[in-house]
Amino acid sequence: MATTPNKPAVAGKPATSKQSQQGFVYLPLIAGWLVPGAGHFLLGKWMRGALLAAAIIAMFIMGLAMQGRLYTSAQDILALLGVAGDLGSGILYFISRAAGWGGQPVQTTVADYGTKFIVVSGLLNIIAAVDAHNLRTGRKS
Amino acid sequence: MFHPTHFTAVLLFALCASTVFGITMRDTPRRMVRYGVYCFTLFVGSAIVLSWVMFLIAR
Repeated sequence: MATTPNKPAVAGKPATSKQSQQGFVYLPLIAGWLVPGAGHFLLGKWMRGALLAAAIIAMFIMGLAMQGRLYTSAQDILALLGVAGDLGSGILYFISRAAGWGGQPVQTTVADYGTKFIVVSGLLNIIAAVDAHNLRTGRKS
Repeated sequence: MFHPTHFTAVLLFALCASTVFGITMRDTPRRMVRYGVYCFTLFVGSAIVLSWVMFLIAR
């Protein structure tokens, strides 16, 4: 059932479009990291950006609603990885930190799931931002 | 607050992750949908299979 992965740019053909040859090439990557889906919006991929934003933001909010915890400091290597994952959510993480959300200790199984939802939403956002960068450079169509 | 059952949490997790995987790992909309459905099935299916395995081990 799995389809074949994305094909790399064919040798001999220009890998980049006209659009990708002008402007700051890392803008979709940075915008996509800061705001989920924004990298695709910048490239005019409205539907993809909307679906990515919906999936990532919904996952982050569900994680908070499950009383998941935001990693704020790295006391050990696992907490450090948690901080790295949470930071992937970009502005969602900073807003939540500023608002004091996700600061309570994990006391239930569902809250532990919520913590994982938050981390994974950050990791998925990084994947989405890199995808926007690949679209920008012409590595993906 | 939001307190889903464990299976509902699996479904929600699989739905969001499959959406992102489908869009980012394939080129065309048709292939995106197919790959998203494939990932969703694997997420949920593997969770069910592993749950039964753990249940049988714990007995």
